[in-house]
Amino acid sequence: MTISIDRQKDNHQRLQPNGWLRYFSFSLDHKVIGIQYMVCGFLFYLIGGTLASAIRIELASPMSDFLPRDVYNQFLTLHGTIMIFLWIVPVVNGAFGNYLIPFYVGARDMAFPRLNAVAFWLIPPSGLMLIASYFVEGAAQSGWTAYPPLSITTPQSGQIIWIISVLLLGGSSIFGGINFIATIIKLRRPGLKLMQLPMYCWAMLGTSLLVVLSTPVLAGTLILLSFDIVAHTGFFNPVLGGNVVVYQHLFWFYSHPAVYIMVLPAFGLVSEILPVHSRKPLFGYTTMVYSIMGIVVLGLVVWAHHMFTSGTPPWMRLFFTIATSFIAVPTGIKFFNWVATLWGGKISINSAMLFSCGFIINFVFGGITGVALAQVPFDIHVHDTYFVVAHFHYIVYGGTVFIIFSSIYHWFPKVTGKMLGEKLGIIHFAITFIGFNLCFAPQHWLGLNGMPRRVAEYDPQFQFVNQISSIGALLMAISTIPFLVNIFLSVRNGKDSGDNPWNALTPEWLTSSPPPVENWEGDAPLVVEPYGYGDSFSQKNKKI
Amino acid sequence: MLNKNIYLILIISCVFGISFWIGFNVNLLPAEASINAPIYDELFKILFVIGLIIFIGMTLAVIYSLFKFKRRKDEIGDGIALEGNLSLEIIWTLIPSIIVLIIGIYSYNIYDRMGGMKELNHSHEMMSSNNEKIWAGISQSSNNDIANNNLSVEVSAMQFAFLFNYPKGEFISGELHVPVNNKVSMRMESKDVIHAFWVPEFRIKQDIIPGQPTILNFTPTKIGKYPIICAELCGPYHGGMRASIIVEDESDYKDWFNKNKKTEVDL
Repeated sequence: MTISIDRQKDNHQRLQPNGWLRYFSFSLDHKVIGIQYMVCGFLFYLIGGTLASAIRIELASPMSDFLPRDVYNQFLTLHGTIMIFLWIVPVVNGAFGNYLIPFYVGARDMAFPRLNAVAFWLIPPSGLMLIASYFVEGAAQSGWTAYPPLSITTPQSGQIIWIISVLLLGGSSIFGGINFIATIIKLRRPGLKLMQLPMYCWAMLGTSLLVVLSTPVLAGTLILLSFDIVAHTGFFNPVLGGNVVVYQHLFWFYSHPAVYIMVLPAFGLVSEILPVHSRKPLFGYTTMVYSIMGIVVLGLVVWAHHMFTSGTPPWMRLFFTIATSFIAVPTGIKFFNWVATLWGGKISINSAMLFSCGFIINFVFGGITGVALAQVPFDIHVHDTYFVVAHFHYIVYGGTVFIIFSSIYHWFPKVTGKMLGEKLGIIHFAITFIGFNLCFAPQHWLGLNGMPRRVAEYDPQFQFVNQISSIGALLMAISTIPFLVNIFLSVRNGKDSGDNPWNALTPEWLTSSPPPVENWEGDAPLVVEPYGYGDSFSQKNKKI
Repeated sequence: MLNKNIYLILIISCVFGISFWIGFNVNLLPAEASINAPIYDELFKILFVIGLIIFIGMTLAVIYSLFKFKRRKDEIGDGIALEGNLSLEIIWTLIPSIIVLIIGIYSYNIYDRMGGMKELNHSHEMMSSNNEKIWAGISQSSNNDIANNNLSVEVSAMQFAFLFNYPKGEFISGELHVPVNNKVSMRMESKDVIHAFWVPEFRIKQDIIPGQPTILNFTPTKIGKYPIICAELCGPYHGGMRASIIVEDESDYKDWFNKNKKTEVDL
């Protein structure tokens, strides 16, 4: 089987352009696809960030004076959709997953290279279509949740384009998920056991299970919603006897696991980064694996905590409170284990390490507000307020996006063979960390004191705190400048990194940087102790 | 060794002390104006203190590690080859489980005191039929309490306004007037999209859903004027969808009611 794959690949490679043009082609190389995901995702991050800046400018004053009201709603819808479906999900899953997973399992490519390329090439057109809908008749304006009946009554073209775009992105995500499961289960190098895999493989296995189990539900729901919009069916339209709360159940059955689709891979990535830079084995490998799987199972049965005010029966509220609270246990284990990994190490304080530690601090904060939000009586006051906005930005930005940056600093030498500048990296971290906390910490107070989310205007007494938040957002926007300058300078004339600048033991570093097309010159190495750092291990983990 | 333990105990008690002090002295919440509010604030304080202890503790541990275990210049070699510690891992599985369980039971108790677990009912003369499907909200009172004595209001929400129908007086108002310390029972329904009824000072919120009436009961305790805020995105003017609730003493409320009523009833 490997032979036929190799031959197919050879044929294909002959048809491909060389050099940088490869990155604009239908390449089957998992490394090229990973970079395509990364760069494409980052471009959408810049667009989503621009929309966020527009939102924060509007909110710098209590009146609705910067954007027209319907455009404001379009911006917040696009901001959420772009950041989730075009930046975080494709990057933590697609970019790092494609680049790293074949190395980690000792394969030369993913299990289904063509499916892999299709999964990537669904993203740019659907993203562009989503943004283009703004110029047609206005983009969707019912929020990224698209609750009916609002999504049925707002202008149709934008909402339909939004649905088609999200369906394509969901398809891309499912293709990717199937590919990761197949690669991790079936393409492992002979002799490599599951419990010897680097933690990111486990995270991707769990994430892909969630993708495959829950994304089809979202797809079905959105198809029904589109019928309601164009064919005037009555699934969710109360005028025709439909039930709007059923939509919320179906939507959150995907969209809560979607949170784990966004954070579990980040948990995997940080588990790779911390041991390398603190020169210690990952603390508690086995409990880490079990806690990932625990989060996957629990993550599927907590969705109704988004609906405590929607009219759910009391027993259901109770069940979802308890189930949601218990997610804190496996998540807590992971955080204690990471701190224990730092403890007693020889820590190099560099940009990758700082972003990872920033992640721990931000995520612990977001996790604590999450446990609070899981309690029905607590949630009833703050649901749909800025408290919730602050909470999930602590999870997805303070958590996942911090890890994306940390990972870029960590794996940039692998991908390019050049080091990123440390000074600019630390400046980037400092501005991001301060800006992020300045932007989102005050929003907890706003929510508790009476500012609902998704509003273009608010009471004048909230102006001062909103302005602090907007200054934080400005800092976050500025923080991308040192980052981009750093990337540009390094690609132009960065310091040569050598093959393994961090002296890491995971298999992707046991080849040249950048790696050859077939990943290794000879056979793939058998790495049974991917975290064998520490003095007593020094001789144990040689390249085989 | 003894010294180390003393420092550890000292630091832990400092973290606890600071957390308790902040939790009980920093007020992040608006005024309390309903029976629900003090109960909610009690829960908030407990969660705030527990959250602070965990957050400060974890942050200190990370920052301490970064300073204490920093690699010095031209230092080579690795850290200790510690791959795990089963008893430690069991401890930090069990303790969070217990904390989470206690929080869950406690918040259940809070929710019960707020009336969330009670059978919902709405005392209403104009209730359409007995088998009408009514969805949950917060109920402040048991079936017996609700019998006669409390105030019934029908709320209808539409883009972008709330209307309050007082069936006893057969009139509709744009402001919600209620007498202080009286139970208010509201039956809410939306005319178009989903809205939500939120009064921050009362710590209550309930979505108003088209085609699916919801119930919300509360008892205001403080005279004053409070905002009613729509919390569910409902269209371009969502941010401007506001109304006021005016809590006044019994006689003021009677005057207002008698001025507006259409039919001859006495309160």
